Amino acid sequence: MNNTNIILILVVLTNLKLLGSSRLGASIRVVAMQGVVLGLLPVLAHTNELSLRYAVLAAGTIALKGIVFPWFLFRAVREAEVTREVEPYVGYVTSLLAGVLILAVSFWMCERLPMPETLASSWLAPVAFFSIFAGLFLIVSRKRAVNQVLGFLVLENGVYTFGVGLAPHTSLLVEAGVLLDVFVAVFVMGITIFHINREFDHIETNRLSTLKD
Amino acid sequence: MILVLVFLPLLAGLAAFALRSPAVRRGLLIGTALVHATLTAICWKTTPGAALGGWLALDAAGLLFLSIISGLFLVASFYAAGYLGQQANKHTTDMEEGMLFDNAPEAVFIGCLLLFLATMTLVTVSQHFGLLWVAIEATTLASAPLIYFHRHHRSLEATWKYLLVCSVGIALALLASFFLGVAATPPNGEGFPLVLTELVAKAQQLQTPWLKAACLLFFVGYGTKMGLAPLHTWLPDAHSEAPSVISALLSGAVLNCAFLGLVRVQQVCVAAGLGAFGRDVWVLLGLVSLVVGAVFIIGQTDYKRLLAYSSVENMGIIALGVGLGSAGAFGAMLHAVNHALAKAMLFLLSGNILARYQTKNIAQVRGLLRAAPVTGVLWVTGFLAITGTPPFGLFLSKFTILKAAIDSGRTWIGVMFLVSLGVIFVGMTTAFFGMAQGVPDKSAAGPANRDRWWQIAPPAVLGLLVLWLGLAIPGPLNNVLRQIAATLGDAP
Repeated sequence: MNNTNIILILVVLTNLKLLGSSRLGASIRVVAMQGVVLGLLPVLAHTNELSLRYAVLAAGTIALKGIVFPWFLFRAVREAEVTREVEPYVGYVTSLLAGVLILAVSFWMCERLPMPETLASSWLAPVAFFSIFAGLFLIVSRKRAVNQVLGFLVLENGVYTFGVGLAPHTSLLVEAGVLLDVFVAVFVMGITIFHINREFDHIETNRLSTLKD
Repeated sequence: MILVLVFLPLLAGLAAFALRSPAVRRGLLIGTALVHATLTAICWKTTPGAALGGWLALDAAGLLFLSIISGLFLVASFYAAGYLGQQANKHTTDMEEGMLFDNAPEAVFIGCLLLFLATMTLVTVSQHFGLLWVAIEATTLASAPLIYFHRHHRSLEATWKYLLVCSVGIALALLASFFLGVAATPPNGEGFPLVLTELVAKAQQLQTPWLKAACLLFFVGYGTKMGLAPLHTWLPDAHSEAPSVISALLSGAVLNCAFLGLVRVQQVCVAAGLGAFGRDVWVLLGLVSLVVGAVFIIGQTDYKRLLAYSSVENMGIIALGVGLGSAGAFGAMLHAVNHALAKAMLFLLSGNILARYQTKNIAQVRGLLRAAPVTGVLWVTGFLAITGTPPFGLFLSKFTILKAAIDSGRTWIGVMFLVSLGVIFVGMTTAFFGMAQGVPDKSAAGPANRDRWWQIAPPAVLGLLVLWLGLAIPGPLNNVLRQIAATLGDAP
């Protein structure tokens, strides 16, 4: 088993852990770990052409996803003095079962797509899709704003996995731009969470329900 | 030249965060807008050279949307400067629930506004799909703090929905960009870069299944940002809670940025021989948006939300136009220009009405024509323009699209289009004329709050432009519209 597959297995495990976890602190740490592991992916997936470009990308990803985001989100959570998701829309056991189902569907789906031959591992695409769907599931099934941001990060990690593995032509400029956008997105979302917390004394988004038709 | 267009507002925006004097900041805002608009006007005379190895270039579609954005921003910057002068960082009482709230610091507002212009400019000049994605996501991030200008819980809710819904949608568009990258890698050969001209030139080599998947994901991703139903959920909230000048820019400029992204995708699809596949999706989303717009406009009680749903409807019309081939695409592009002008005009006027009546409820606004004759007349003019009454520009563009629908042999599309427009016309007539006529309250009609010049001149200018486009389409604009339409229809 090569290094890429070990990383991909870790990604699957972190996603499942996230789906079944109620503690916010643990969830943030799990997402941070996923970020670090994925940061190593471009270096390990392209071992035959180890270049400065992949090293820079890996360093940037690890620094942001592994250190800056968790620090920022921990601050938001500490300000809000909450450590638990109280009542998600979908329970944890159900979420976990849904996760397993999504994983199966992802693998089934990728069997049917014509994959390019340059693939580092045949698991890359299914795991990427699993992360994307799991992220979407987290966003719609959790109430806490922080959890929704974590869902967004998992979703973005999935897209990133796909990009690193399958589309070797994206250049450093685009990758840096994507990373910058994600950074600013989490930054702006973090500030918004801080304001939600101050305004409502909680960070549950189900109370954000004044605006409707 | 292109780099100047992007970096000028970027640097000005960063400077605005640091400047201390409000007068200088507002001067910087208007000055940057003026220079930006002048440079854009020069681009019509001489096409600027490509930059960054062809990644940044200004083609016909880019030029059209850059002009919309730059022009709207110039007009809006005058309104914004006057508005900020009035709102200068004091406690304000919320008009709906009576609580006190602060406004965001003016430096942040003007800084973000200028960064917003920089990101939108980048969208129009990006030829590379990866860079295009980066730019479109950046418009979301730069505009989110603008929606949260009034710091109370409703605008916070709107900002959160805007951020999350658009970011998730646009993340899917990133996946679509990667799909496109896979499509551009032939099974046994070197792939080619995701630059529009390259993709169009080598479109026959693209792998069809991946291109189709990319196309659908682009529709979900950029369609969310463009406000196409059923992906429009953020739109009414953000438009109703943002300051009116921001609503005007969101509706007139941001939605068009996302539309431009989808136009680029359609250009690639057409070149690859998948034009018909893309057009079916355009027609479907267009019709759904029209119907959803019509349903929510009928009986709407909030006039800013009414305008927001009208944006959903008009984006639907534009999408429908693109879906009808070359002739329809010409109408769609014209409609994008007209809608941007008319909707920005109406949103700026809604700001005047909101300031005077202190309510967004349609039923509580009465006698606008008597209380504020100029705003009232412009409001009715704007209504006539947006519903497509002749001689305004929207009549011409809607008529072009209708004709394209009937000429294509699919009469049912034309019928659905007309029925929706009829329903929307009735819904909007009830709301607008109820607001314009009648006897105003004493508080609203007092001489103390007469309209300032900055409240009147910007919407009046926009109104005149819509009228002009209805009477005659200037030659250069006609050329550009034809060039864009030619890239969106199959070669005969």
